Parts: sequence; structure tokens; C-alpha cells
Amino acid sequence: MCMSDKLIKNAGGRWVPETINGEKVFPFMGVGRYKPSGNKMAPKISSCADFSSDGNKQVSDLKEALQKAGLKDGMTISTHHHFRNGDLVANRVFDVAKQMGAKNLRWFPSASFPCHAHLIPYLEDGTISHIEGSMNGPLGKFCSEGKMSKIAVLRSHGGRYQAVQDGDVKIDIAVIAASCADAFGNANGISGESNSGLLGFALADSQYADKVIVVTDTLVPFPCVPWQIQGNYVDYTVLVDKVGIPEKIVSGTTQVTKSPDRLLIAEMTAKFCEVTGIIHDGFSFQAGAGGTSLSIGIFFGDIIRRKGIKARFARGGSNQYLVNLLEEGLVEYILDGQTFDLEGVRSMRENPNHVWTSPFTSYNYHGKGNFAGMVDVVILGATEVDVNFNANVVTHSDGYLMHGIGGWQNCLFSKTVILPLPLFRDRIPVVVDEVTTLCGPGELIDVIVTERGIAINPLKTDLIEKAKGSGLPIKTIHQLKEEAEHICGKPERPAPKDKIVAAIKWVDGTVIDVVRQVADE
Amino acid sequence: MNFKVIFLLKLNLGKDVSLIGDREIGPVDGKFIKKITMVAHAGNKGDAVRSDCFVNLELKESGGIIVNVKSKVDKLYGNQISKLSLVVLQYFSIKHAVLTIDDKGALPFVIAARIEAVVHQLIITDKTYLTNLEEFNKKATSPDRIRRSRLYLPGNNPKLMLNAGIYGADGIILDLEDSVAPDKKDEARILVRNALRLVNFYGAERMVRINQLPLGLDDLDWIAREGVNLILIPKCESAEDVHHVEERIQQVKKDKDFPIHLMPIIESALGVQNAYAIASASENVVAIAIGLEDYTADIGAQRTNKAKESFFARSTIVNAAKAAGKQAIDSVFSDIEDMDALSRNVTESKSLGFTGMGCIHPRQIIYINQGYAPNETEIEKAKKIVNAFLIALENGSGVVALGSKMIDPPVVKRAQNLIDMAISTGQLAKDWRNVYV
Repeated sequence: MCMSDKLIKNAGGRWVPETINGEKVFPFMGVGRYKPSGNKMAPKISSCADFSSDGNKQVSDLKEALQKAGLKDGMTISTHHHFRNGDLVANRVFDVAKQMGAKNLRWFPSASFPCHAHLIPYLEDGTISHIEGSMNGPLGKFCSEGKMSKIAVLRSHGGRYQAVQDGDVKIDIAVIAASCADAFGNANGISGESNSGLLGFALADSQYADKVIVVTDTLVPFPCVPWQIQGNYVDYTVLVDKVGIPEKIVSGTTQVTKSPDRLLIAEMTAKFCEVTGIIHDGFSFQAGAGGTSLSIGIFFGDIIRRKGIKARFARGGSNQYLVNLLEEGLVEYILDGQTFDLEGVRSMRENPNHVWTSPFTSYNYHGKGNFAGMVDVVILGATEVDVNFNANVVTHSDGYLMHGIGGWQNCLFSKTVILPLPLFRDRIPVVVDEVTTLCGPGELIDVIVTERGIAINPLKTDLIEKAKGSGLPIKTIHQLKEEAEHICGKPERPAPKDKIVAAIKWVDGTVIDVVRQVADE
Repeated sequence: MNFKVIFLLKLNLGKDVSLIGDREIGPVDGKFIKKITMVAHAGNKGDAVRSDCFVNLELKESGGIIVNVKSKVDKLYGNQISKLSLVVLQYFSIKHAVLTIDDKGALPFVIAARIEAVVHQLIITDKTYLTNLEEFNKKATSPDRIRRSRLYLPGNNPKLMLNAGIYGADGIILDLEDSVAPDKKDEARILVRNALRLVNFYGAERMVRINQLPLGLDDLDWIAREGVNLILIPKCESAEDVHHVEERIQQVKKDKDFPIHLMPIIESALGVQNAYAIASASENVVAIAIGLEDYTADIGAQRTNKAKESFFARSTIVNAAKAAGKQAIDSVFSDIEDMDALSRNVTESKSLGFTGMGCIHPRQIIYINQGYAPNETEIEKAKKIVNAFLIALENGSGVVALGSKMIDPPVVKRAQNLIDMAISTGQLAKDWRNVYV
């Protein structure tokens, strides 16, 4: 708790603490302003003398692996979300940790899902002190109500890589679930029984964690190829009955929408990209998860086909629709960060142009460039956007933390950032005066497409010019906000309590905003 | 006596108040005694419900007004919902009651409609709680405007109404007939009335399908005051039906000069037989439509894809409409998945002379709009005719000729209508003639 800590106003105009969970943090200083210094974090030196020369690192079970890895109170344990809501490993790790009597653990997942509500009792009994990762559904509610004993920290996928690389977060034990591995620890997500596609989110953990455990349900004789995770980083391998439920990778956010409202928004977005020339021969795009984004991919395909052009590459989240575009030859490469369905897994296995990437290549801000900035247009979601184009992706307007950041912040560096959003959801306006939680600064957000009009960031004079005479309903962001309030009524702003329950990191590790405990019912 | 009590009300009852059901009323010492149920509910509930609410009102003899709100938007709108509830109850002079609202993000016009619906079940009053009439809902439509697509919306489902206007349909139909369950008719009327005042349909013509007469006449008391452009008369069989509707509209309409158009739907063998009489029954009839589900049942035939069984009826409707100078509108196409079949259906419909069709899903709109829109050959031909007419006008000549062919005034008018349509659909620039050579 940092209620006694001094708060300072960051460059986004938000009051943030100088320390979080006792560690000094920097406030957000503006896009590209914070200059890191010093060296990257270096893991301990290992020696082959400590490992069996036959390469066999297999231990009998997860418990033995955790024991050998030296699990003790206060450690940081990481897991990964390649199986999304079908993950079976994170829950099991903490079941074992509980059995072993460990306390005060920091869980450092690459993302959490509703299936991880299983961990709430461990947060209550002190097995887990807090989470640094995304907050979904029940975990978000638990955290928002001030029940977690320390402050949660939310980072983007790229921010997570940055935090590990820079030593902001030191991982004691990384547990990596893989659909296929050999006893040496080489592992991938495309062979074996329980395919999750790629293992990019575990890359930083394998490189920088003190101890690395690979858990699989398909152990093959050396070599397991391709090795998405290199066994040379791995300490122990464990064979279990099942690591994950691949069918549950497909979540509600990865199916094309049937809602006519969302289809309309998707169609308007695609049309905007066509008339402004964003869609041209050799262009690149990224459309994330979420029904609207997926349908935009389909509309993009129609336009590409009609114009007789090709996209050079598409960044995924891959899914069956993107795979169709690749196989039809409308897109030359998929640079994939995570697979959203089993068609994505199949394509990655079979098609050399379906390339797996990692948060290091795509998103890490403390690197010598990354892929996100090279993308011509990215389509993202948001819970709220304000009249300054600032956007929120983690909390709802009632103050509850409900979503993770994912790659969202990292993608804001794309050449054009478009947020297709309904103007209101169940009476709650999406375009507001000021976002509840600042996750992305408005200077990086270019276009808001709603069913009732499209607002272009005044900074984007070129887009404003190109959209003229297009027949599209171009409005100002203020007009959209007023229209939403006219329909819904102006909502009250529920005042949160003082207690900070979560911190939102920017891509460079600075604190862009905090989330406070929601007021009592 | 748990649920029914004697309740004293001071009411000024208008002459038109009709008493329904088990209500008894009579003067006692200059007051009215009414025997009523003390509890009523309205609206929709359940996990799938959005943008709606379920309200329960229990009248009490003491204790003031208690409002309990359970809302998914409680933190943002809870206070506003409670405040609105009090305003509506006070408007109806209710002093003691417990009102419970289970809210799923309903907009104020919906909440007001639901509360009014429970109030009207419990007390008899000629008062009605009118929400603001928005400027955009004061606009009239012309008799011969384009009516290619009109989107049907269930009259008791507010969620579907909110965005109905954004898909580009020429008209939206708030339906009180088949899509509303018999026990929901009363509350649907109030909801539709409020929607006509407050929801922005973005320029679509605002239509209401009333119930089959005589019930439909009572619908008019609620929805024909203002805000509506066109009334669809279902299962219309005679000119008399049209006259009944017209008379009632004249009684309730607030602005006597505001046009309320009529579109009778012919859905029976008798109706088809009387099609011309119906189409020409009133100058307010702007179009006649055919409803094929009921029609085919009435003649004892199966409705098939080839639609041979309704060919006579469809042609008769078109002929009757054109003879009376009205638009002919086709039946809905009920397969919302098969867009190719819909397009074929529209092409055939247009070739028979129909100018529009109903839609039961927003996805159908674009296919219907495009299908009935003029094609390039038609536009080119129309441009030639209108151009020739305008040249004749400029030259002061009464005779319009194209090459060696004389052109009659109706042909010019039809061409001009087609040009207007092409302009409104964006197929033709407004100033097309400036660049026409």
C-alpha cells in the first residue's frame, strides 16, 4: 500500500506514486521521453557440469521440479497464456505451491483468464501476494475491490519483455507449458497433442529466469524441432497427462461477430482504410482479437481481392480468417504473436510464410526497433476513449478492472491506429470527457470509428484531408461524445476510494496511471 | 384479499376511457371506487435482455414511494433512474407504492415507458407521460419518397430500436402486430410511442404496423398523435378498413396538417380482389403491400421459392397500385442467411413492378436497396428523357422528342423519379446535367 507515498502528476496528467510495492518507479514522461540507462539484467551463469551429459533433465513431477528449483516464500513465478482460457498449468503450479506451504508468491503471468479464478483462494490465504499481469473477470473484480494484499501491476506484452530484460521483474521460476518437448527442454507449441501454436510469450522467461521448468504432455526423443524454446535455457522437464485444452483457445473474443451493429462498424472501418489509401499494394495490417476486428480482416480481404493487390504482411493474433487470406495469396506473410484458433496452429505448422514471432521482435520498446511500428494500420479495441483521444483498455467506466493490456499499447506505434467502437454499450457511453484509466496517450490514437460517425485525431491532418468527400460520416470527437450523452444521459463519475489497487505501466516501464479501489456498493 | 383491495381514486375520466377486464368503477360521493389488482409488472427480464428493464409496481395505502433499483449501470446511472421513477410516479399522482426496477441498461425513454405501462394497469387515467419530442422526429415525409427497404422491428424490444436507423433502410417499422405477444400489446404501444418521440432513426421514414382492426384502432390512440410518418394496416381487406383508420387518426392527430401516410398490407384473397379499391381509398394511401405468408395460407397453397402460387396476387397488387398512382411493395423474404436468393427475389420483384420490400434483418437492407435501385442502363435512358424534356422546356416547346420518338408526360415523370432515386442513392451527382453531353 502506498497511501502515505507522495503522488506526482505524470505527463498524462495522472497522479501516480513514486514507489509501488516498495520499489521505486518512474512516472510516465511522454511518448519516447524516458531514456533508460545501464545494462540489461543478466541471469546467473550455469555450467554443463551441473547437468547430466545425456541431456536428460526430466524429473518425476511438477512438485519435484518446484522443489529442485528451490521454491520458497516471496518468489516470483511466471506462467504463460498460450492456451488462453484452456490453461491447465498455472492453476496446478499454485496447487503444488500451496501443498508445499509457500507464501507470498508473486504470480507473473503473461495474461490471466477466467479459468484462473481458481487462484482466488490462494490470494486470500496468502499463498499468492499479488499478480503482475493482466486482470480478467473474477480476478479483476477481486483486485478492484481492494482484496489483493499488494498492488497489481499491469503491463503490455512488450512491456513484460522490457520489464524482464531490464530487470524490473526478476523471475525466480518460470513454468512453460508446451505441447511438445524433449527431455533436454527443447519445446514448441505446434507438435504433440495439445497445440497452442507458438510459445513466444515465454521467450523472455526462458532467457532471464533463474530456473526454467518445461511442462509437456508429449515428450519426444531429442531433438524436438522446431525448438521455439531452446533447451539450453531449461533446468527441468516434466511430463504430465495434459497441459492445456486447445479447444478453449477459441474464446468469445476470437469469433467473427454476427451483430449487425458491429458488422457495420467493421465495414465502415474497412471503407475508411480504402478511401484514405491505407490499403495499397504491399501494405501491412494487424487486426486483433475481438469480433469486430476479425470481421474487419474479412472486409480487408474483400478489398484486397477486388483491387487485385496484395498485403505484404499481416500481424496476428492469427485465426482461420487470416489464414484464409494467406492461403488465397492475398497476404504474403503472417507474422504471428499468438494463435487464436486451431486453424492458426495448423497453418503455422504447415506454411513457412506463417512465421512465429515473440514480444521481443514485435513489441519490446527497449530494443533496437520492433515490428509494431512498421505496420501500416492496426485495429484495436478499447473500453473508453476520451475527447483527447486518450484510451482505456483495462477498466470499465464503473472503475472495475476487467481486461489486460495485451499487445495493445505496443500496437499504438503503428502508422495508423484505428479504434472501431460502439458509441455506447448498454447505456454506457464509450466516448467520454476523460477516460477512467489512461492506458494509451491520445497522440498515438488516430481514428475512432463508431456506428454513428468517424472521428479523426486533429493531429492527423493528412487523414482528415483524404477522408473529405468520401461520403463517410466524419464528425469531431466532441460531436460523438455529445451524441452519446444525448442518447444515454450524462453518467455520474463514481468516485473511487484512495487506495491504489493496480498500476498501469507504459511500454517503457514508466507508470502511466493507477487504478483505485472501487467504492462500496 | 391479499391481492385485491378497494382503492379510492379521485379521477377525472375522459369520455373515451374504456374499461377492460375485472375493473369496476362507479361514483361514490362524487369519487370513483375502483376494484383493482394492486401489483403489476411490465418490461422484459432474463440474461439475454439488453437495453430494457423489468418493472414491478405495488400500490400501497401508506408509506410513501419506495424505489428499488437493481441495475447493471447502477454506479453510473442509479441515481438518475431513481429520480426519473419518482418523477413519473408523481406525474400520475401516485403517493404510496413500492417500485422495483431490474435494469439492463435501459435508456430513460424505455424506463419511462415501462413505468407508465404498470401505472396504466393499476389506475385508470387519461394522463400520459410524454417524453421530449426531438426535432428530428418532427419531420414529415413526402407521399412519393423512396420506399425500397423498410426494416421490421419488434415493438416491445427497445434494444433493436436504438440502432435501427443506422443501416440505411428507407424506413423502419415499429411493429405492434405479429412480433408482440398478446399480453404485451399495451406496454408495447407506450414503448413505441416513446421511441417515435425520442429515438433518432437518422432520416428513415418512421412507420408503425398497428394490429389487425379493430384492435389496431386503439393502437392509434397512442401512436398517431405525433412522431409517426406512416401507418401500416395489416390484413386490410376493404376500403372501409382504410377509412376507419383514417378517421381515428384524424381524431387523435395533434397537428392536423402533419401528413400521416397509410400503407395497407393485403394478405387475403378478398384483399387482393379489392386491391384497387384499397389503393384508391384515400389520398393518404401512398403504397399498398402484399403479405404472402397469410395470403398463400388463405388460398390454400404452399409458399414456394418459385412463387407461382402468388403470381396472380402480386401482379394484381402492382396493377392496382399503379392504376391508383401508388407504390407497390413486396412481401418480406424470410431466409436471412441466403443473400443470393434474396437478390434473385428482389430482381424478379422489381421486374414485376414492385418498388420495395420489407426486411426482417439489417443484413438484408443493402441487397434490397441495391436491387431496387435503378441500374446503369435505366439511368442512362432516364437521363436522355429528362434532358430532352428540359431542352424542350428551355426552348419553350410543348413537345418532348427523343430522336424521332415523341415522349409522353408520364414517361418524363417516371424518368425524373428514377433520376431522383439515383441521386438519392449516390449513383448520380446532383448536378449531373452540367456534365451531361
